[in-house]
Amino acid sequence: MKKLKYEKPIINKIKAGVPDKYGMQPKIVVKSEIDGIPVKEIVEKYGSPVFVISEKTLRDTFQQANRAFQSRYPKVQFAWSYKTNYLDAVCRLYHEEGSWAEVVSGFEYDKALSNGVPGNKIIFNGPDKTDEDLKKAIENGSFIHIDHFDELYSLIRISQNSKEKAKVAIRVNMDTGIYPKWDRFGFNYENGEAWKAINRIMLAENLELVGLHTHIGTYMMTATAYAVAASKLAELAVRTNKKFKHTIKYIDMGGGFASKNTLKGAYLPGKDTCPTFDDYAEAITSAIINSEIAPDQLPTLFLETGRALIDDAGYLIGSVLANKRLSNARRAKILDIGVNILFTSFWYEHEVYPAEETSQQTEDTTLYGPLCMNIDIIRESIQFPALKKGDLVVIPRIGAYNMTQWMQFITYRPNVVLIDQNKKMHLIRKQENLKVFKEQEVIPDFLLNKTPLKD
Amino acid sequence: MKLKSNIAISENGFMFDPYTGDSYNLNSTGVEIIKHLKAGKTNEEILAELKRKYDADDLILEQNLYDFITMLSHYELLDNE
Repeated sequence: MKKLKYEKPIINKIKAGVPDKYGMQPKIVVKSEIDGIPVKEIVEKYGSPVFVISEKTLRDTFQQANRAFQSRYPKVQFAWSYKTNYLDAVCRLYHEEGSWAEVVSGFEYDKALSNGVPGNKIIFNGPDKTDEDLKKAIENGSFIHIDHFDELYSLIRISQNSKEKAKVAIRVNMDTGIYPKWDRFGFNYENGEAWKAINRIMLAENLELVGLHTHIGTYMMTATAYAVAASKLAELAVRTNKKFKHTIKYIDMGGGFASKNTLKGAYLPGKDTCPTFDDYAEAITSAIINSEIAPDQLPTLFLETGRALIDDAGYLIGSVLANKRLSNARRAKILDIGVNILFTSFWYEHEVYPAEETSQQTEDTTLYGPLCMNIDIIRESIQFPALKKGDLVVIPRIGAYNMTQWMQFITYRPNVVLIDQNKKMHLIRKQENLKVFKEQEVIPDFLLNKTPLKD
Repeated sequence: MKLKSNIAISENGFMFDPYTGDSYNLNSTGVEIIKHLKAGKTNEEILAELKRKYDADDLILEQNLYDFITMLSHYELLDNE
């Protein structure tokens, strides 16, 4: 007799409560391939877990964002936010698309130069720039975004001995009607600090005020905050022009556009609630065009959006290490994906999909990472099908911040693979190994050649 | 382990516990195991039956069966005689 196909026995308690008007997804979504390549094949070649970047999605998303702004405003320039994902291959794709580099440290600055970005196409942001960094940026003609008065005075001092004028902008923080109000970056607009900084720069001989910058927040779920910010920067540009007869060349709206991930605690999924590129573009460009800036003096609009450009292009593939029941009989799974490599699981309810169809039956499940740490939770609660040890899972939308904020903790960071537009796989960052870490460590002489625990 | 008497289950997997008023959804394999329990079969007999019928690894069948029994116990559907 031919044996029948088996499905794991499942019992779920029916819970009465307030009905959810949005209902549940009727069918379990399976993510069996990425850009036409089977997930199984990727893991066979590069192991599990493994990060995957889709060149196609990356370029499509960039072009979509670029189109949203270019079709509304005459002068637009994107600058790739290095901290969001500074793998060289990723940065080079954005530079190929025409993005400049936006960096926030000497390390990122050098990385941008090593990727062939000319110094005069680098925007240098961030509160931490050493005197050496500033000197290098002045020599290279980079745009230095001043964060505080100490930096402003350092620049005045350094630029006095420099042949080149330093091209600078100030970072402005302000009330845009959102909570929490970000006031830690740059000079405040409402209390007059920003205006004071502008005045001081205009009096400095070797500083040229080329732009105004703001970074109003992150994961902004309303586009109108950008309209408020753009209006305030435009007002500063007009005031500068009136007093000093000086034209501001660019307005930089920073980053912070939301991706389609769902924040923890959100009622509706991010993909249904987050503004589109068109929403952001409409708010920002209308505010600048409708400001009092003369039409022949319209500044270039710089954008440093990172998350919304790269998140969708990144996937993390992992596998089930074990199934277990918690003390209350709740189902739990241990994955080989932990918070050490999926840092964003602290903020998001990441979607997690099986890589092949097993069963349409689901259980309320907690997904843990492999670390021997209580905080290592990928999802507290997710309706998930019964997968067995070794089965693969795919977490989409993880391109932003994970490949920069990941930690070498307990285990090594895994391979990162790029799938190009011809469906070819390329290893773009190698899995670490013991040698990588040993190379950074130095054992003092007095501990060398001793084996205290040997018989 | 014996299933509590009076527990009602339909062919399509809807189960009702008159002692607590709770109801449950089961898949077809779950229904099958409940029927075996109702018929008074032991866990070993049920496992043998599953092994005979299904195309699956013996150890996985065993692991899943005992996991399912654990859930029945957690929901207090078994008589702990």
